[in-house]
Amino acid sequence: MSNNSPFLRQPASVQVVMLKVLAALLPGIAVYIHFFGWAVVVQIAIASVTALVAETVMLAIRKKALKPFLTDGSALVTAWLVALTLPPIAPWWLAVLGVLIAIVVAKHLYGGLGQNPFNPAMVAFCALIVAYPQLMSQWPAVGFTDFGAQMQAVFGHRDLDAVVMATPLDALRTALHTPEARATVSGVLGSHATFGNIGGRGWEWIALGYLLGGLWLVQQRVITWHIPAAFLGTLGLASLLASLASPDQYAGPAFHVLTGGAMLGAFFIATDPVSGSTTPRGKLIFAAGLALLTWIIRVFGAYPDGIAFATLLMNICVPLIDMSTQPAVFGHKGKQP
Amino acid sequence: MRPLFGFTGGVKPASHKTESNQGGIVVAPLPPVLTVPLRQNAGLASRPLVQAGDRVLKGQAIAGPGGSISVAIHAPTSGTVRGIETHPIPHPSGLLAPCVVIEADGEDRWIERTPVDPYALPVEELRTRLRDAGVVGLGGAAFPSFVKTQHGPTQRIETLILNGAECEPFITCDDLLMRTQAGQILDGAAVLAHIAGAQRIVVGIEDNKPEAVAAMTAAAQRAGLLVEVVAVPTRYPAGGEKQLIRVLTGIEVPFGKLPPDYGVQCFNVATAYATARALLHGEPMISRLVTVTGNVERPGNFEVRIGTPIADLLKLAEPKADTDRNLMGGPMMGFALPTLDAPVIKATNCILAGSKAMFPAPGPEMPCIRCGSCARACPMDLQPFEMYWFSRAKILGKAQEYHLFDCIECGCCTYVCPSRIPLVDYFRFAKSEIRAREKENEAADAARQRYEFRLEREEREKQEKAAKLAAKAAETKAKLAQAGDADDKKALIAAAVARAQEQKAEEKPGVE
Ligand code: SF4
Ligand code: SF4
Repeated sequence: MSNNSPFLRQPASVQVVMLKVLAALLPGIAVYIHFFGWAVVVQIAIASVTALVAETVMLAIRKKALKPFLTDGSALVTAWLVALTLPPIAPWWLAVLGVLIAIVVAKHLYGGLGQNPFNPAMVAFCALIVAYPQLMSQWPAVGFTDFGAQMQAVFGHRDLDAVVMATPLDALRTALHTPEARATVSGVLGSHATFGNIGGRGWEWIALGYLLGGLWLVQQRVITWHIPAAFLGTLGLASLLASLASPDQYAGPAFHVLTGGAMLGAFFIATDPVSGSTTPRGKLIFAAGLALLTWIIRVFGAYPDGIAFATLLMNICVPLIDMSTQPAVFGHKGKQP
Repeated sequence: MRPLFGFTGGVKPASHKTESNQGGIVVAPLPPVLTVPLRQNAGLASRPLVQAGDRVLKGQAIAGPGGSISVAIHAPTSGTVRGIETHPIPHPSGLLAPCVVIEADGEDRWIERTPVDPYALPVEELRTRLRDAGVVGLGGAAFPSFVKTQHGPTQRIETLILNGAECEPFITCDDLLMRTQAGQILDGAAVLAHIAGAQRIVVGIEDNKPEAVAAMTAAAQRAGLLVEVVAVPTRYPAGGEKQLIRVLTGIEVPFGKLPPDYGVQCFNVATAYATARALLHGEPMISRLVTVTGNVERPGNFEVRIGTPIADLLKLAEPKADTDRNLMGGPMMGFALPTLDAPVIKATNCILAGSKAMFPAPGPEMPCIRCGSCARACPMDLQPFEMYWFSRAKILGKAQEYHLFDCIECGCCTYVCPSRIPLVDYFRFAKSEIRAREKENEAADAARQRYEFRLEREEREKQEKAAKLAAKAAETKAKLAQAGDADDKKALIAAAVARAQEQKAEEKPGVE
């Protein structure tokens, strides 16, 4: 089939697409390191090595060509996303387990690259948070950036009471869900050591790092604007309306958009083309639904962040969304001049 | 200025026009033997009018139209007909087809030419003359032009669009023609507009051809014609008929409809030129401009007689040693010629020599990652990856639901796919598969009809027989009633039973 037109091909490859995604994560990671220390790099390394090993083994078992698939970069993207959604001081085996779930179960058992109906990194996140809720919510406390101590937590005996704390999102949710505390959003945000800035200490800066990388991906046409815009817009709108209605109970849009995994989700997770919607209108619906579910789970659910569960729920709806949002074909758009 | 409408999708490959559009037009030498295929137009093949040994003059008809969608074919030079032989023709499958082979006598003597004043003749007459002059669309499809000047009762042609976009990379023959023959092109276009009843002419030229735009604009002013020359943005496939109509008028002609359903009709600039030659000069379509470019030392444009072996033409441009394939057409929609023995035909706009370095083999094919690049590049607003999925799985009905037949096979999707999936190959395959199945279904329908007819006939015959038997039985009964004798009765009953068994045996359905 190779001697058929077109004889010209754009020099594009899956590898280039994936490498661009990895590059776009770098600004966010840099800020992450600044606020939470170098442990995140170690997590990324653990996840990457695990992913490549798992990918090799699975490709060998499935009798697929190793070189094109190992070098396509997709396993690394999954690994990095898993690593970035774990607490940086989580024990090393948590990252290994997460990546194995993502690569072996969510990707290869469903048929490998391009076939997975669910976002592999989010499958891993959901599995881990259900199985190890406590480990998954131990984030390094503000100022706990000493590399040696962090490595002790990752690889050695964990005695962390003094140095861990919940994410701002988690802290807020816990406070608001405890009836005796009679907490209010402004009360919690104002007093708790985790907070102090908009999205929680450091979080909004990390979010801006991801935003920067994400915008670059849009400019590079790796992703389109639809999903990030609809996701952030809907999340912002839902939290705005709720906070206007009851400011004591619901945090505002700035908090929701800039905290936790919102920005990572908007530009790097919801935009996974394989498991997400592909039509322009479908992308808007998919991302809006995702944001709404995220907000609901964040506010009313039992888990610290809602993006992972929301992603899986929306992944299920993708075939239906895509089918019902097929764009009009040339000449079939109705209006003619 | 006319507002332009643009179209979604499209791609911008490197244009590679300057290699071949810098020099002038070189007249290719007359070959000693010309091979003129009888089938050169879309529609039906032409019907030969000559036989071995006949002497023919340049421009003499050697084949007449073979049906209502067919045109005449002419001797490209004077000489002797060697015969009607099967010979390779330019086709991706290396097809052999009947060709009139003419040995040139070297005199190149014209038949008597009869120019006409097109505005003094009835349009029907002009159409016949276009047909008999062998004029077909020269943009590549080779559809008989006289047919395109007609329109049905519910159709109309108000605007005649002249396609000078030439959006395929490498090809510059229309560019050169517009630069050098702008006046003749517009004369021809005016005649086509007159025949079709169009009130205005709009010429669309990609804006990477400023010389052509200037020449055409100047010619339009000189002629004082109601012609608009429009530079359209350079983006492949702006020269696709549907895309150019869309860019210039905003009209989208969907699959299954024709431009005259929307008041427009589209001709290539070279077709307009051929029309002028045919009617205003009495010269039938016996040569054309061909770009020879790519992996050659001396790329350029050549005025070539139809029937010239492609190998001879290619030699004029001096192909480089590492040439590993030769395409007819451009790199986006052309095809690799299985043999250079095939002749230049009316549809030959470009011979493109290629090498491994020019067209590197794409990397290994990867699974589709649903990135949507193909959908964004598709000028027909299709979802190629969905059609690919269903074509590959041979769920052809679904592929059709995703508008498989709206695909114009422009190749943009394959061009951009990061997984290097040869998408358009799958679509060509799926379309031919569906067409084959439809044919099969038609055949099956016919067979079923025959079968039903037979059943009906057999049923009728059975009933007739039953009626006869009943009559016989009644007769027997009557006889029985009359016959008092018991033995007689027995014999009659035995005969009736035997008949009944006979009938049963016959009733067993026959399976063919
Ligand atoms: S461009 Fe290729 S990989 Fe991307 S969606 Fe289309 S077919 Fe799939
Ligand atoms: S080849 Fe068909 S599907 Fe592909 S871009 Fe062109 S029209 Fe669209």
